[in-house]
Amino acid sequence: MKNDVILLGHGSGGKLSHQLLDELIIPTLSQVAQRDQNDAAVLEGIDSSRLAFTTDSYVVDPIIFPGGNIGDLAINGTVNDLAMSGARPLAISVGLILEEGLPLTELRVVLEAMKLAADKAGIRIVTGDTKVVPRGKGDKIFINTSGIGVFDHQLKISGSGAKPGDRVIINGSIGDHGMAVLASREGLDLQSDIASDSMALNQLVAKLLQEFGAAVHVLRDPTRGGVATTLKEIALQSQVDICLQEDELPIGDAVAGACAILGLDPLFVANEGKLLAIVAADQADGALQLMRSHPEGAGAAIIGEVVAESNGRVIMQTAIGGTRAIEMLAGEQLPRIC
Amino acid sequence: MKYATEYRDPAVARALVAAIKKDVADYPGAMTLMEVCGTHTMSIYQHGIRSLLPPQIRLISGPGCPVCVTPIDYVDKAVAYARQADVIIATFGDMVRVPGSTSSLQREQAGGAQVKIVYSPLDAVALAEKHPEKKIIFLGVGFETTTPTVAGSIVAAKQKGLSNYFVLGAHKTIPTPMAVLTSDPELKVDGYLCPAHVSAVIGSDAYRPLVAQHNVPCVVTGFEPLDMLRGIQLLARQVIAGEARVETEYSRIVKPAGNKKAQALLAEVFEPCDTPWRGIGVIPASGLRIRQAYAAFDAERQLPVEVEESKEHQGCLCGEILKGKVRPTDCPLFRTGCTPENPVGACMVSSEGTCAAEYKYGC
Repeated sequence: MKNDVILLGHGSGGKLSHQLLDELIIPTLSQVAQRDQNDAAVLEGIDSSRLAFTTDSYVVDPIIFPGGNIGDLAINGTVNDLAMSGARPLAISVGLILEEGLPLTELRVVLEAMKLAADKAGIRIVTGDTKVVPRGKGDKIFINTSGIGVFDHQLKISGSGAKPGDRVIINGSIGDHGMAVLASREGLDLQSDIASDSMALNQLVAKLLQEFGAAVHVLRDPTRGGVATTLKEIALQSQVDICLQEDELPIGDAVAGACAILGLDPLFVANEGKLLAIVAADQADGALQLMRSHPEGAGAAIIGEVVAESNGRVIMQTAIGGTRAIEMLAGEQLPRIC
Repeated sequence: MKYATEYRDPAVARALVAAIKKDVADYPGAMTLMEVCGTHTMSIYQHGIRSLLPPQIRLISGPGCPVCVTPIDYVDKAVAYARQADVIIATFGDMVRVPGSTSSLQREQAGGAQVKIVYSPLDAVALAEKHPEKKIIFLGVGFETTTPTVAGSIVAAKQKGLSNYFVLGAHKTIPTPMAVLTSDPELKVDGYLCPAHVSAVIGSDAYRPLVAQHNVPCVVTGFEPLDMLRGIQLLARQVIAGEARVETEYSRIVKPAGNKKAQALLAEVFEPCDTPWRGIGVIPASGLRIRQAYAAFDAERQLPVEVEESKEHQGCLCGEILKGKVRPTDCPLFRTGCTPENPVGACMVSSEGTCAAEYKYGC
């Protein structure tokens, strides 16, 4: 009888483990020949004295949601973390923790999405690991990815680079990922198609840095905690005040509506294919146009400005002309969204 | 969604603000306007409405957040139920983090208790169908907006013949506490912005007795920024003219008689009772309890449980804040001992709580 679900034996390190690796995981993810399989991947020919290295774990529930699944999310998330440091993503590892009983068809869907996302981002999956935990001790599939990137330039992009006068640019609509996962997990019938924005942003970043280099002061992806939390982090790190314009925020009607119904603030909802760029004022319009000319930045907008050196406040000019403060997300607005 | 353009128009907002400033220019001192609806509290903060108003208008938040007005012994009782192995607690999300005397549902959940967040009481009924071996206890906290849906869930459970669905009720009604607050000599409320969705159910006529007895103006107001500004304008005009009437700014939703169907459903399952409000005390006939005919679904009647002795937290000013007597920033615990991550009082937990709003949005 052919196995169609993950068994504890798939994590034993023995015959079943090898079968899973040789028949499903390796052919899908990396096509490394059996004779080249060793305990560690050896990365050769890296000509760089500066490397970026990052890791992230993915526990999203459900594992498949509108706009993506845990597989492409795990690749895109780590690729984006590398890209936000200004690095060119080079290689990535994949650690899989599988729950006993996971249908192999679902695992295949996830792995295929990983491979597709890695190819699209131009990153190689070079090493990995698979463990199986008993039914009820995990939840279908957890993934850890770690990534290495190299620098093709001398720029230092960090959260502390924002300066008064700089403009805040986002590459598209806010809150799509968090609301897509929430709606799908809770079976909320919102009668609209909110899809996750999960995508790799490294190519967009590469072009932005190529064209505008030193004028790009900060890059951050507003994932958990959303745009509000990320901007607050930047304001604190750079010791500046940031002022947002509510009527410039790109928020889709469906996301705005769903947030209003559920009492959520889209500024605190997670994104997985968005970046915040803090750019020198005189280059901001150019950077905006460049972003808009790429599919990853088609919905880009200038949403605010760094207004002054201070102790790190984020304020918003509301659409009707009032002002309010923006703080970091406190507690969990939505658990397990990535 | 057309609200973004229709009810958030900056030019109209500017004009309204200018008109309000002109209206109150000669008003001596400041008038105190109270809202008694958590969504109004949020809207005021979210849109920065206070920053737009002239100093003659002082906005204060009353007991409009259902989670915040729920007494601590209710949380203790929910915790006691959650500790029972055959119980699943079903609740709206905010209740999970509200601190009881020594624990919270969140803490019990971390220790193995089954607590499920639902978005509708009907989801709790579905849980009861799915888990016949468990007792599902829904935490019935809320005003007239949500109580009809709880009534609906009890009727549905009866129709389905379920014997494992229970409601732990702390339902409250809105006009009654407003009368108590109006008679409070320490708290001079000059006018009320009456809640939007509660009024959609009970109707704007429900405020007539309050206006007649206490001579206090009432304006039923919507949530969008232009609704809020228009509501404030209508209320301020009544205060200046020395009038006291029920006006409805939110007439696109709220009718004088309200929603008869929801009222009938509510009356089928619930009857008025005395109930304690956090910070205010027991207010006669301000609560709703399950009628005898539906006693089989009343957790308190069916499932006796031993509850620890309840103790309010030292220094927490939730009670005074709920009455509008002090602002969150007046509380010694605000931002230091009491934060959304580590809340002491319910006002800091609920997304509609005054302290949570001040923490999140206050300048």
